[in-house]
Amino acid sequence: MSQWMNHLPILPVAIPMIVGAFMLVLRDQYRNAAVVLGIVSVLAQFCVAVALFGITTGRIPNEYENHIMVYLLGNWQAPFAIVLVADQLSAIMLILTAVLGLCSLLYSTALWDRAGVFFHPLFQFILMGLNGAFLTGDLFNLFVFFEIFLAASYGLALHGSGMARVAAGLHYVTVNLIASFLLLIAISVLYGITGTLNMADLGLRAASLSGDDRRLFEAACAILGVAFLIKAGAWPLNFWLTSAYSAAVAPVAALFAIMSKVGIYALLRIGSLLLPTGAPAAFSGDWMYVIGLATLLFGTLGILSEKNSGRLVGYCIIMSSGTLLSALGMPSVILTGPSLFYMLSSVLVTSTFFYLIELIKRTESFGGNVLAVSLEAFNTEDEDRSDYSGTVVGKPIPFALAFLGLAFFICALVIAGMPPFSGFIAKFALLSKALDLSQTNAATTTSVWLLVIAMLISGMATVIALGRAGIRMFWSSERLKPPVLSRREAFPITLLLMLCIALTVFAGPVMDQLSLTAKQLDDPGTYMKAVLNSRPAVISSHGGTQ
Amino acid sequence: MELILSIAIGIMVGSGIWLLLRPRTYQVIIGLTLVSYAVNLFIFATGKLTTGAPPILKKGVATTLANYADPLPQALVLTAIVISFATTALFLVVILALRGLSNTDHVDGTEAQ
Repeated sequence: MSQWMNHLPILPVAIPMIVGAFMLVLRDQYRNAAVVLGIVSVLAQFCVAVALFGITTGRIPNEYENHIMVYLLGNWQAPFAIVLVADQLSAIMLILTAVLGLCSLLYSTALWDRAGVFFHPLFQFILMGLNGAFLTGDLFNLFVFFEIFLAASYGLALHGSGMARVAAGLHYVTVNLIASFLLLIAISVLYGITGTLNMADLGLRAASLSGDDRRLFEAACAILGVAFLIKAGAWPLNFWLTSAYSAAVAPVAALFAIMSKVGIYALLRIGSLLLPTGAPAAFSGDWMYVIGLATLLFGTLGILSEKNSGRLVGYCIIMSSGTLLSALGMPSVILTGPSLFYMLSSVLVTSTFFYLIELIKRTESFGGNVLAVSLEAFNTEDEDRSDYSGTVVGKPIPFALAFLGLAFFICALVIAGMPPFSGFIAKFALLSKALDLSQTNAATTTSVWLLVIAMLISGMATVIALGRAGIRMFWSSERLKPPVLSRREAFPITLLLMLCIALTVFAGPVMDQLSLTAKQLDDPGTYMKAVLNSRPAVISSHGGTQ
Repeated sequence: MELILSIAIGIMVGSGIWLLLRPRTYQVIIGLTLVSYAVNLFIFATGKLTTGAPPILKKGVATTLANYADPLPQALVLTAIVISFATTALFLVVILALRGLSNTDHVDGTEAQ
């Protein structure tokens, strides 16, 4: 095995950092160079992520214990200094980030990367922060990576400027700054009690806490959980989400879809490490489940009442967060695999939806949407157009409109969880596993049925809301402008939808893989052992490592 | 010493939160700054309060935390200061942009009726 392979875990952080830093000095007239550099960087991240996936699942032969890669950043024996850890979940999240990054970058080259300065460097930095957050095994380092992608996201949320973006951005920045303070408070209390910031070591030391220390530890974990729940968009901490996400330009909003999943990832990761010693509130058990249900309910009500199509997607994200939180909050690991499948499917499709809504909005004539809304609200029927039907019927549907309509239709089906696409498989697997759980564990019967009912109702509400939105957007007679569709914008949409379809076709192998990932999460001992047993590389007198 | 520090942190967090809930952007940013100071002090305090204890090992002195100050919270607080400084600066830019676009310093960009 080559020496270079050991350095793979640092690359998803190093590549975007170096490329982003270089882009900062590129002048505006070299924008094409920046685009090419960006795409090369994202493709490289994708390749590294796939290689990491191969290693962590054992498909690429390696010598790592349980195939968990540990990278000692300062070459100090853990728990000292910072470690990066790549396990299956990290690798899957890295692949997802790289795919979304590639699609958003391609999409942005059609229009949005010219709407303001420093789009490309910020884009690389947001990827760097996301990759780092998925890889790090150190709590404070997690905070730092959170800040990196948040700082980049503040810039990107305002990209394109305009009153709506700046006003929504102000709220977004404020809420996330407060969340960061909560994160800092929690981390420092955890350090004060356990004397460690290494997540694996923290999980071990949590076992030996008792009395006052344990209570303080639980309080700190609760604060930590609140900080992550804010990122995940859990009710009642999510009122900023819809306006910020709908105000952001489409390629950025699509990346935000995965940012809200970083909160879920952090809850899952730290919850998994703390589980053997009795997971504190907010990470498992009653709290996460209840918050998840409330979030799902909030999203359902929101999607039903929302008229603005951009905010509609925001509520879809909230609903997916709610589903994930309530499913992961169930006291069993068998739901984790299907939850991860649901997460993949929902992240891919909500991102696509952001692109689509933006394209569809472009076709609407000025004020058309408002008119359609008021027509619906006041129930004043469309005037009888039968006299003019000749002018409407004989027209061929332009290709672009057909493409948008079809893509919207597939998206709506996936989000609502209707057959035959991946959303259906994800929800079906979740529900069937939940029902299995209620049969083996009688104590969970009520919560399982509540989850089933909530998920079915939310699916129903999604069908209604998206059906209504589709009718308003595609069949409204106010829309006059023919849609303009650039190939650079159609390609990412097609790619993401093809991935959704691939998820459907290869649901079996993907689900098997995700169950293995869930099993790895359920056994945090392997993670801890891998981190704490990893030995620093020996530096020979010639300077090379052995 | 602990009492004084905790009272100071409490007062700063209290006034910070009160300011955060105010409708003017300037009040919000001062609130955020106060809370960030309090958080920084808080991180510092998790390393135990000692006076005159060096964070670097000295020959002949037993290597327990009774004789030394914990260097890690100091490193953490430095990072936290830098990050909160940067984000506050960024926040100022957003505030100025909103002020310029909306001609008001209300956090929603429009005056409440």
